[in-house]
Amino acid sequence: MSGIRHHISEGLLASYVAGSLPKPFSLVVAAHVSLCETCRASIAAHEAVGGAILDDFEPIDVGDALRDRVLAQLNDEVSPEPVYTARGPLPAPVVEALAGKEPKWRSLGPGAKQCILSDDAQGSLRLLSIEPGMEMPDHGHGGLEMTLVLQGAFTDETGRFGRGDCEVANDDVEHTPIAAAGEVCICLAATDAPLKFNSILPRLFQPFFRI
Amino acid sequence: PRTYSEQTQWMLAVRDRRDRAAFCALFDYFAPRMRGMMMKSGMSSAVADDIVQDAMLSVWRKSASFNPERADVAGWIFQIARNRQIDIIRKERRPVPEELATPETTGEHAEQVVAMEQETAKLRAALATLKPEQRDLVEKAYLGELTHSEIQIETGLPLGTIKSRIRLGLERLRHELKGAR
Ligand SMILES: [Zn+2]
Ligand SMILES: [Zn+2]
Repeated sequence: MSGIRHHISEGLLASYVAGSLPKPFSLVVAAHVSLCETCRASIAAHEAVGGAILDDFEPIDVGDALRDRVLAQLNDEVSPEPVYTARGPLPAPVVEALAGKEPKWRSLGPGAKQCILSDDAQGSLRLLSIEPGMEMPDHGHGGLEMTLVLQGAFTDETGRFGRGDCEVANDDVEHTPIAAAGEVCICLAATDAPLKFNSILPRLFQPFFRI
Repeated sequence: PRTYSEQTQWMLAVRDRRDRAAFCALFDYFAPRMRGMMMKSGMSSAVADDIVQDAMLSVWRKSASFNPERADVAGWIFQIARNRQIDIIRKERRPVPEELATPETTGEHAEQVVAMEQETAKLRAALATLKPEQRDLVEKAYLGELTHSEIQIETGLPLGTIKSRIRLGLERLRHELKGAR
């Protein structure tokens, strides 16, 4: 996959490898890496640092019992874990988050709908589907927000984002993404705080639609 | 051609020939280090044992996805152990990227594998020259003891060269997949 111009920062990739990211964000990273060779290579490089650290650890004896237990299980038949693959615009980790099912879309008003994948103490993760030319409501952020484009494109004050591009926004950003002409724009969006909307109508919708 | 490192040879023997002696060598090298790592990051002795057991079994069962052109053995095993640890702590499956299809017909390019090993050796050497405080910070970061907002990867570690080496492996893979169609 080429043409991706907006990647994920080294700090976030390292956090992903270390397992420090809340699940909604690690799912966005996994989805981006499924589409992006550049970041896949970065992840492997960070894993190599982890490997160097592992290699450096003072060995602590594990005992023969554990060793024997492992060796005894090498021939066990294990039922393989389900392997998910990409479906249409949705990368494998998203298909897995949907448990292989089709997304259940809920309207957000004219030209916009969403499918909430998770919403809990770790943050929220959703698919958004926006008709070309439609604006996503103007909003600021309570924390970190990652938006990965899976189909179509959107533009905002910071640039144009097409398939595979990932926008990372922080508290200090206020932006107005608009879906570009062409295909319906489908995004995977993760936040660690509820989004705050600046116009009155979406704010009324907020508790109801959970955006 | 130059021969591969011991670790890579063991891992390939496990992957390609289901070689139990090679697996024992990997176990005897990595399991005690993994246990050290788990104890350091606060796991109880019993949980550390569970993680070591599950992770080493995964090394055996998932060996088909190991590719020495794109991964370092220790790094690959590190990630398996961390994933298992996170799954156990958070009681959920950690999201992972879609695996890349590997054409079965082609073996590794020896020079690419050797070059990857040289890059990771440089990385290890660089890690060894860090000041103790900085070494400590890097360890904390990669063992998940810092939040994502605390992680600043300004370590001076030579990650760029490893990345471009791994990208070469990925490009070769893409090229071969095209040819296989
Ligand atoms: Zn990328
Ligand atoms: Zn936003």
